[in-house]
Amino acid sequence: MRLGGGLIVSLEISIISIVISVFGGLFMGVLMSSKNKFIYWICKICLEIVRIMPTIVWLFIFYFGVSRALGLHISAFAASLLVFSVWGVFEMMDIVRGAITSIPKHQFESASSLGLNKAQIYIYVIIPLAMRRLVPGAVNLLSRMIKTTSIVVLIGVVEVVKVGQQIIENHVFTNNMAPFWIYGFIFFLYFIICYPISKLSKRLEERWG
Amino acid sequence: MDFEFIAEFYPMYIKAGILTLKLAFYGILISIIIGILCMATKFYKIKFLNPIVDGYVELSRNTPLLIQLFFLYYGLPKLGISLSSFSCAVIGLAFLGGSYMAESFRLGFESVKRSQLEAGLSVGLNQNQLLMYVILPQAFGVALPSISANIIFLLKETSIVSIVALADLVYVAKDIIGLYYMTDEALFMLVISYLIIILPTSLLLTWLEKRMKRARS
Repeated sequence: MRLGGGLIVSLEISIISIVISVFGGLFMGVLMSSKNKFIYWICKICLEIVRIMPTIVWLFIFYFGVSRALGLHISAFAASLLVFSVWGVFEMMDIVRGAITSIPKHQFESASSLGLNKAQIYIYVIIPLAMRRLVPGAVNLLSRMIKTTSIVVLIGVVEVVKVGQQIIENHVFTNNMAPFWIYGFIFFLYFIICYPISKLSKRLEERWG
Repeated sequence: MDFEFIAEFYPMYIKAGILTLKLAFYGILISIIIGILCMATKFYKIKFLNPIVDGYVELSRNTPLLIQLFFLYYGLPKLGISLSSFSCAVIGLAFLGGSYMAESFRLGFESVKRSQLEAGLSVGLNQNQLLMYVILPQAFGVALPSISANIIFLLKETSIVSIVALADLVYVAKDIIGLYYMTDEALFMLVISYLIIILPTSLLLTWLEKRMKRARS
């Protein structure tokens, strides 16, 4: 089925940006949880700026605005990748910060009394401890990102929705019911992908939360 | 930046902004009602409705609004159900938002202590009164942060209704970019418009939360 090809593009955008978000978010989250008020507020302000605009506005800004301002051509695919990565990194950052600040202070103290330095404390003690608390939120973010990638069709990325539209256009004279079935099918495609993920997130929350 | 151009075209954005607000208002209002109804089915323990509510919540939470709108707007007419683009957008928004609101209210409902219910029953309230006077006020207070997050979320989600041919802010911006190549101006106005809509709403909701918190403690 041709929809498969479109689905792969959708998943490509999701997966690449999710991977970037996880690593970038871990790093930024550690940074944000530091005691330095200045760093915290910079991160906080960036997060709020990213959050306050609808994702589609960000896509427009990067696809139409930045590519023109810099005089270089950003493909729709690259623009979506960029927007979703930045969005994911900042959302992930907040989740990581929440998890790290929820760790009791004595963990830091006992680790440093063992003679570990700051980097070692984070790598061997804090991040493994924080993992359990951040995984449910992170999994939730993952399904949100996959769902939101559906809107990249609006800047013309040929992903699953666009392919669906093309199929409908091809069959418009032979099969009148095409829109119903194709959109219905894509609807359930997203459901099949996202439902297990959100179930997993709920399970993890109950067990680890 | 060409400010004369902006001065000439800002009425388009105002019109589009009002459309967005109207849409968001109806969508959010209906989704809050759906949320309360979903909670009520849990409260009255209506057996046969429970799986329907659960199924609806899962279905709407795990699919993107874009596809829901496409299905409503292009799919349903094939079954003989034709909706205007505005009602499509409202229904889509309410369908999506309803499940998020339902989750928030469920959270609030679960936080109401059993002793509260028993106390209510012992002073002679019936089930309806119990729901109206004991559970809803308390559940609402607990659920408020989550409800306000949903409101902001739904406000932002309205940005994709241009796909069902509604001339909202995104639609206007794309139009201006396409027709006049005034990219910077169009995007600038788009950002400003959303700031004007979302920022005050967000501040108002934060203020409300703080007040509720103080009132309860």
